[in-house]
Amino acid sequence: MLLRLEPRPQPSRLMAWCSPLIAAALMLVTGIVVFGLLGQSPLAAFKSFFISPIDDLYGLGELGLKATPLALIAVGLAIGFRAQVWNIGAEGQLTLGAICGGGLALWFHESTSGWLLPGMLVLGALGGMAWAAIPAFLRTRCNTNEILVSLMLNYVALLLLAYLVNGPWRNPEGFAFPESRMFPEAGLLPALLAGTRLHAGALITLAAVALGWVLMSRSFIGFQMQVAGLAGDAARYAGFSRERLVWISLLISGGLAGLAGVGEVAGPIGQLLPNISPGYGYAAIIVAFVGRLHPVGILLASLLMSLLYLGGESAQLELGLPSAVTGLFQGLLLFFLLAADLLIRFRIRRVRRLRLAVAKESAS
Amino acid sequence: MNETFIAILIGTLGAGTPLVYAALGELVTERCGVLNLGVEGMMLMGAVSAFMATAVSGNVWLGILAGILVGMAMALLFGFLTLTLQANQVATGLALTIFGLGLSAFLGREYVSQVVQGLPPIIIPGLSDLPILGALLFRHDALLYLSFVLFAAVSWFLYHTRAGLLLRAIGESPESGHALGYKVIAIRYLATLFGGAMAGLAGAYLAVVYTPMWVEGMTAGRGWIALALVVFATWKPLRVLLGAYLFGGVTILQFHVQAFGVELPSQLLSTLPYLATIVVLVLISRDATLIRLNAPASLGKTFYPGA
Amino acid sequence: MPGEVHAVLGENGAGKSTLMKIIYGVVKADAGEMRWEGQQVTVTSPAQARKLGIGMVFQHFSLFETLTVAENIALGLDHPPDMKTLSGRIREVSERYGLPLDPNRLVHALSVGERQRVEIVRCLLQEPRLLIMDEPTSVLTPQAVERLFETLRRLSAEGVSILYISHKLEEIRALCHSATVLRAGKVSGHADPRQESAGSLARMMIGRELPVCRHSAPAREGEPRLVVEGLTLASDDPFGTHLHNIDLTVRAGEIVGIAGVSGNGQQELLAALSGERLVVNHTVRLGNLPVGQLGPAARRVLGLGFVPEERLGRGAVPELSLTHNALLTARRGGMVHFGLIDFARVRAFAERCIREFAVKCGGPEAAAKSLSGGNLQKFIVGREVLQEPQVLVVAQPTWGVDVGAAAAIRQALIDLRDRGVAVLVVSEELEELFEISDRIAVIFHGRLSPAKPAAATTPEEIGLWMGGAFVQDSGGAEAANEVRHAAQA
Repeated sequence: MLLRLEPRPQPSRLMAWCSPLIAAALMLVTGIVVFGLLGQSPLAAFKSFFISPIDDLYGLGELGLKATPLALIAVGLAIGFRAQVWNIGAEGQLTLGAICGGGLALWFHESTSGWLLPGMLVLGALGGMAWAAIPAFLRTRCNTNEILVSLMLNYVALLLLAYLVNGPWRNPEGFAFPESRMFPEAGLLPALLAGTRLHAGALITLAAVALGWVLMSRSFIGFQMQVAGLAGDAARYAGFSRERLVWISLLISGGLAGLAGVGEVAGPIGQLLPNISPGYGYAAIIVAFVGRLHPVGILLASLLMSLLYLGGESAQLELGLPSAVTGLFQGLLLFFLLAADLLIRFRIRRVRRLRLAVAKESAS
Repeated sequence: MNETFIAILIGTLGAGTPLVYAALGELVTERCGVLNLGVEGMMLMGAVSAFMATAVSGNVWLGILAGILVGMAMALLFGFLTLTLQANQVATGLALTIFGLGLSAFLGREYVSQVVQGLPPIIIPGLSDLPILGALLFRHDALLYLSFVLFAAVSWFLYHTRAGLLLRAIGESPESGHALGYKVIAIRYLATLFGGAMAGLAGAYLAVVYTPMWVEGMTAGRGWIALALVVFATWKPLRVLLGAYLFGGVTILQFHVQAFGVELPSQLLSTLPYLATIVVLVLISRDATLIRLNAPASLGKTFYPGA
Repeated sequence: MPGEVHAVLGENGAGKSTLMKIIYGVVKADAGEMRWEGQQVTVTSPAQARKLGIGMVFQHFSLFETLTVAENIALGLDHPPDMKTLSGRIREVSERYGLPLDPNRLVHALSVGERQRVEIVRCLLQEPRLLIMDEPTSVLTPQAVERLFETLRRLSAEGVSILYISHKLEEIRALCHSATVLRAGKVSGHADPRQESAGSLARMMIGRELPVCRHSAPAREGEPRLVVEGLTLASDDPFGTHLHNIDLTVRAGEIVGIAGVSGNGQQELLAALSGERLVVNHTVRLGNLPVGQLGPAARRVLGLGFVPEERLGRGAVPELSLTHNALLTARRGGMVHFGLIDFARVRAFAERCIREFAVKCGGPEAAAKSLSGGNLQKFIVGREVLQEPQVLVVAQPTWGVDVGAAAAIRQALIDLRDRGVAVLVVSEELEELFEISDRIAVIFHGRLSPAKPAAATTPEEIGLWMGGAFVQDSGGAEAANEVRHAAQA
């Protein structure tokens, strides 16, 4: 008996939804094996990784807190990925958003105005957009690969932030630590739920997910992006401007990443630090893919990814496991998903040698 | 002043060497039509495994071998997903980088801040005593010399052997290759594995020769710069070599600019290699025809050998 | 039989190419056996087929554009000699069979006919005993076909057997000694084509009479709808053809056909007409309106419909449903409101295309790639026709389409003309152009001949023009060379 791949006439819708679940299950199994290899009881490790971080209200709040930037960024990225515009620079755009929004809060650090927070959000989104506009400009004007440019800008943005908190923006009243002043109360996002750190940024994310759904599934521009991603020649034939789609994709994803950056510094952090993101910009790429580039899927995937972050922290505290386990699981999840996606386009058929033999007989 | 200049040149060769390895490997992979964006991840895994193997065995060469093998294992994973399972090459390459970043940090957690004995320089008797040239050219480690051998070998392979001709042909039209009866997928696997081996070697060089130590994420974007170098070189080995030293030079320059009386904060100076990458990419890509004439026509496209 | 020229005849989709790929070892058979010189053999790879003495010239050439002729040939041989010896042998063989070739030229600089020579010479160097030719004449001018036949006859006189695959009946009657007819993957008959008429072969091929289009009286002289004047355009493809000073007028109620061997500037001309390439504004006009600087969407609003050559990937998105594919070009009539899509309307339009053009498919939600070539082409033509264009530009309307669908598509174009639409058809099939066109022009090396009334010319004359004769007629041979060199630079 042999297994053979056969292209399906139509991509399978069922499999499109199943493959993330298969991937998550495979990741879980692999995780248990890894824990076993590390000398942990798989059950205890599983509990400490996936259950105990969210077994109380505070934990659930943390789950939402970390999912907030992930889903926000991933929705933006997914819009571009559908059009095969590969923005890998969300980490940098997030950082720029934090710098711009946070800069406003530091400038008006004694302000009590109700306009400060909206100003920070707008400025942060603009900062992210401006950072994403660089690869957009270079892609459309100079034909330069947006993957490499946006990625290089991640390093530049992080170094820029490090420079600011080490130099001009360092807290004059603090010690020599590389960190800014704390933001004023008026520059912080209000809490949503007492007893948790969940903040109003979650509402922004939900709104973005809803708008993202309208854009992708119901709007003509979303259709154009889908066509451009699936068949570039068809998009050109239909008269969809590639330049316009590149600009829209990058500006939306950059703006949302910038917003996520403000959400972090005006939310749980409250000041500017050299490290404001544990790789949300990269993890959001995985969230976008695992969520099938679909807003609802992204929302679910962001919760899963958030759980991986929390589980990593919890495993470190409770079991003394390295927190790098999180990165490992993130990578595994994406690998399993890419492998399982095969089932969308192909079906696996068993080929029996028996049938061949019969066929041979009847032919001769 | 003169000594600074020579120090920069020597440093350039060292800083450029991992880029030479990684970019030449990726060049061969891409010439066959496979775009592996996971160079950074393969380098990190090569680096951490080379460091671990060296620390455990005490033998640098074993460490380097481990780096190469692990780089190939990563490439095999990439090949399995993109060539056998036909996953999107861009997404898989990104996954490979994220995975390599996480796994290498995980594996290397107990080796941070350890030190190993790196490769001693090979001092060529006589020649190494020459003024200036001696220090510049004849007092390097074996792997640095080996990178020149590799460059020559890759150039010879691509342009003067039948296998190299076939590799370039597959990169241009896998359909034609398939119709003529060549095993496109198998050939692409080999090219991908070579790329992985070279990225692993580049990582190993960083971890056990150049620094030598292990730090989480120590490649700091060199894998991505190697990818950019291949575009910058318009897929030609000689230009990869020149580009790698150009970047090696920029990396080294930031440590010496103070000597020239430039007062800039170190963080801003550190952005130089990344900004330089963007600048050269822009300069080379502006000529769209140049890219189209030189880029392998099937680069990044999945080939399904069905009918 | 040694020295026999055997035809394999069948319409598009009958399984001719698949059968040949099985013989040559590219595709594995699910069942059945194959005998070679009396022995049962299983050919598992092209290399093995070559060892047995089987050579194949593919319909879609298996060449590498950026490599030289000699390098291409070396890759097709299992044990090539060194390049110098090989170049010598290429010259020798190509001269002996009247197939002149320069081994050192890059393939992308060659014309389609020359590329075919590379494929043939590559086979001949292995001294095959069986040569498979898959639709070899679809890319040649009638005169070049005659030269190819001379080469094939000489080979057959030397004892080489030839399997000649085609759906062109006249050619088979002129060349082949015997024929096997395929229909829907099965052998439907054997014949001696020299004894049969084209009509009887056609009946064996499709099981009924060849459908004929209904023609109405030649249309009255309408006003110019599509005008091209002095269009000169450098190709953006480094291997493309530049357009040179093209003049063309298509009037309401007529079909103008553009003939030409592929690669002579058709793609560039079509891109300039559709708006995918922008050109000097007044050089392309719809009616009196200059549209050279308008993109495809804007031109469509002004009444231009366009059916491109590639169905999957350009005319339609393979993975998307027919409803989504309808939206690709049809978005007027309230299908898009304030940037949002009204899917009910789009689906209704897709259903109308399916119904009125008898598209066989699994409904409007079926993915484009699940349709056969003929049905997808009917859908695309339907989508463009039902938007009621003023001008319709069609590239290769029936390429790779079964006979029934081809007839339906041609009829749709004629009906459109009778309703007063200006239709421009670019095709490599001369027969088709003579069947439906009112006037015919020829494109060669990026230059367009004047359009002649179809009734006042012959396939022979158009064939000569396809080889560039019209350029010499107008004393522009040097200019043609110039264009050619510019195209190669």
